[in-house]
Amino acid sequence: MSEHSHGGDRPPVSVRAEALEALLTERGLVKPEVLDGFISRFVNDVGPMNGAKVVAKAWTDDDYRQRLLEDGTAAIAELGFSGPQGEHMVVIENTDDVHNVVVCTLCSCYPWPVLGLPPEWYKDPAYRSRIVRDPRTLLGEMGLDLDDDTEVRVWDSSAENRYLVLPQRPDGAEGLSEEDLAGLVTRDAMVGVAKVSAP
Amino acid sequence: MDGIHDMGGMQGFGSVAIDPDEPVFRKEWHSRAFAIGIMSMGVSGTNLDAFRHALERLHPYDYLADGYYGRWVACAEVLLTDSGVLAPGAVEARARKLMGEQVDEPADPEPNKPVYERGGPGSLRPVDDPPAFAAGDRVRARDLRTSGHTRLPGYVRGRTGTVSALRPSALLPDTNAHFEGENPQHVYTVEFDSTELWGDGAEPAALLIDLFESYLEAA
Repeated sequence: MSEHSHGGDRPPVSVRAEALEALLTERGLVKPEVLDGFISRFVNDVGPMNGAKVVAKAWTDDDYRQRLLEDGTAAIAELGFSGPQGEHMVVIENTDDVHNVVVCTLCSCYPWPVLGLPPEWYKDPAYRSRIVRDPRTLLGEMGLDLDDDTEVRVWDSSAENRYLVLPQRPDGAEGLSEEDLAGLVTRDAMVGVAKVSAP
Repeated sequence: MDGIHDMGGMQGFGSVAIDPDEPVFRKEWHSRAFAIGIMSMGVSGTNLDAFRHALERLHPYDYLADGYYGRWVACAEVLLTDSGVLAPGAVEARARKLMGEQVDEPADPEPNKPVYERGGPGSLRPVDDPPAFAAGDRVRARDLRTSGHTRLPGYVRGRTGTVSALRPSALLPDTNAHFEGENPQHVYTVEFDSTELWGDGAEPAALLIDLFESYLEAA
């Protein structure tokens, strides 16, 4: 059991975060500008817009789609996306018959290079506990109703493989360019809690 | 360890809502906590598995009450005090000073960083021995119990499934988290039927999970 305090009159965690940064900065162990750069990267440069490019390319280039499903890491790296929490990427394809959804029950493992940092719902104890046990019910509560005959496959990313769902291309988006298609692809669809809608 | 973090199949947490307008960081301090959490691994001379184990060792009350980035703050503090970078109580003392209280801050302790050599960047590592299992094999997740770190969740222990895929071999978190060696192993995606995990009344579904070879036995 942790020796650290719990409950009681602990200082607010926001103040403890400030204290921690001050202690490390004073000792020369972290540089605020390094923290700034790191934060900026995840706010501005890495996020679901990367994964959306991968999906749109797979929708419009069947050779790429095949490579993506056979070796996700290499195919995603073709578009320039790689790095920590994307060491080995596995892409799982949703079809008329199969719906895939991804979770990390033990912590918050998530494919950073293609999706950025995970949203709150992905880290919520309700999602982590229930998506492996009541996936259809929970997906319904999150706004995704699946047909009874759709096979549901839930992927618990418990090791260092990272999963990206390749959603189905929506009907009614036939004439769109790859770039416009990427604009339709949402983070939630690439985790498997939503489908992609036509504009 | 059998801690609050092992949430698969727990009940009582209610439902979850998606905020379509959620920013990357909802509060400024969330972003600082994230960056400091990442840096704390290098500063403390530890690793990602030790980081995850530090999260698991948080008191269950703190784990839930502090929220996601609150856990990162507490976890960084655990790693930094374990490795002798900061004294126990140093963060709380500084926080109280920031809040205007008169508090003596503890002196820095003796450094106590783990002496540990990494086998390379990242977690993927070659394994010389051939894999014990192949796609299609029936396997049982062993009913292993440890008070240390593991990536074998409680909800699959003792349950029987089918190997779906062999994945790249990787260092074993169970020993790497404790600086006891990387011990690379083969990793398998194993598919379990929902009724095997949750009983006859389970919702129809397949559960696929990545398990290290030592977590598995032939079934």
